Amino acid sequence: MSDQPSHDKATAAWFQARQTVWQRLAERLPELEDRKAVSRETALSAMRLYPEIARDLAIARRIAPTGRLTRYLQQVYARMHRALFRKPWSFKQEVWRLFAHDAPDAAAQLWRHIASVTLGFLLSAFAGWWLVATYPELVGLFASEQMIKTVQGGELWTDDLLNVTPSSLLSVGIFTNNIVVTLTAVSLGVLYGLGTIYIIGLNGLMLGGVFAFTAQYGLSGRLFEFVAAHGFVELSIICIAGAIGFYVGEAIARPGHLTRIESFQRAFATGSKLLAVCAVFLVGAGLIEGYVSPDERFSLTMRLVIGLGYWVVFVLTLVGQPGRRR
Amino acid sequence: MQDALNIPSVTGVDLEYKIAGPGGRSYAYVVDWHIRILLTLAWYVLGSLIYSGGIAWVGSDDVGFQGFLFVVILPTVVIYFLYHPILEIAMQGRTPGKRIAGIRIVTQAGDLPGVGAILIRNVLRIVDSLPFVYAVGLAATMFTKQSVRIGDMAAGTLLVYEIQTDEGSIAQLQGDAIASLGLDQTELVRELLDRWPELAPETRSELGRKLLVRLGRSAAGGEEEIFSDLQSLLTGES
Repeated sequence: MSDQPSHDKATAAWFQARQTVWQRLAERLPELEDRKAVSRETALSAMRLYPEIARDLAIARRIAPTGRLTRYLQQVYARMHRALFRKPWSFKQEVWRLFAHDAPDAAAQLWRHIASVTLGFLLSAFAGWWLVATYPELVGLFASEQMIKTVQGGELWTDDLLNVTPSSLLSVGIFTNNIVVTLTAVSLGVLYGLGTIYIIGLNGLMLGGVFAFTAQYGLSGRLFEFVAAHGFVELSIICIAGAIGFYVGEAIARPGHLTRIESFQRAFATGSKLLAVCAVFLVGAGLIEGYVSPDERFSLTMRLVIGLGYWVVFVLTLVGQPGRRR
Repeated sequence: MQDALNIPSVTGVDLEYKIAGPGGRSYAYVVDWHIRILLTLAWYVLGSLIYSGGIAWVGSDDVGFQGFLFVVILPTVVIYFLYHPILEIAMQGRTPGKRIAGIRIVTQAGDLPGVGAILIRNVLRIVDSLPFVYAVGLAATMFTKQSVRIGDMAAGTLLVYEIQTDEGSIAQLQGDAIASLGLDQTELVRELLDRWPELAPETRSELGRKLLVRLGRSAAGGEEEIFSDLQSLLTGES
């Protein structure tokens, strides 16, 4: 039979002895949690106190499992744990690692998916072209009434765009829309890749169909001139987004030795690094589309130099530094 | 359904987090949604007042479209769509709604989520919000072991209840009382005294009387006497 009064006295003695330590620690916790403000002395003292608090928590859990002391020590212990075991983080280093290592690694890992989706995109673009070239009335599936009327009148809907909307506005609207389309293509990969296939197929059909329609009125050359500066990167990114979505869908459908959730998590983490770099390039493509593409002062040659030059930079970024370690 | 997340530590004492279920998550979301709408509307009104001296709409003839877009529309859209990711990054896995609901985002290892994880869980709101009013996300939280939505699954995060006990409540525990009553009984008395004003008079008298009897004290007298007896147990005056 346990001796309850002496046990309570021992508990009281322990409580009184430790109370000042907990109070001092509570005062220093905000400093410990502030990555920039924490001093070496506070960090070292927290490392010494961490096992002591663990022991205190174990005692409190044994005596009063649901009591406020246990809750309080649990909270202090969790805050110390998070502060002591957090990974070092530097914005500059993270950005450098993303562009120099993570995105190129992800691109290398996904190259088969990128190639397959690009092929699928090209095939659906060809199908769109064939459909509209063979059955011109089907253009209504891909273009609005207004667009069709403009083209039938011998003009492109992109003509005089700058007289209607300023470049800055165009750029913001364009890159926001492109980022949303890209994110949607990736996210819908969750539906076992089917959502992604739908988006890529639809975009391909639209591109082919619209080019076939403008060709019927002798305007496809001018349309190509319009898209030359921004289209290479933009279309590449749509294909990459599709590839990421497809990769995520495949990870869920065929998780291999992992659980479905683990496989999904791993695939999305890999794809998101590639996606982050693509989003940055989409902003650049949006700016080109707003400032260069609608401006008639840029010749086709200049547009091709800008478009292909930007695309080469994009591809080199995804390929990464030659000889880097993976 | 898993109730708690246990994180092993090098000390051998596990960290324990209670996992937030659909109820806690929905509560936080509803609070955040209202704050988000209020902030969005507030900026629209303020921006319009600053820009045009009154409430203006896009397309109003007297309002310059480009300037109006950059001063009013764009920040409004940014507040609405980036409310969650920006606040979750700035407040280290919390938002005002989550704070009110007492929950926080943590990783499966119990750490604070990084920027990447927060962005991933927010990008996948596109899927979680399908087909309307977060039906997919809500269903996922109901049927997954850790009550997570699709975005959390991808980011490797989950929502847990954050214990909020300040050191003031610990200072109220007295060593002398612990020596005579024991820690668990002292906490019980303290808990009842703290809740005393919130309880109905009959309930608090009844609870106080039962507690005094359990502690081997006399429980005669009215409500005020019971309160003072309980207080004296903590101060060691009895």
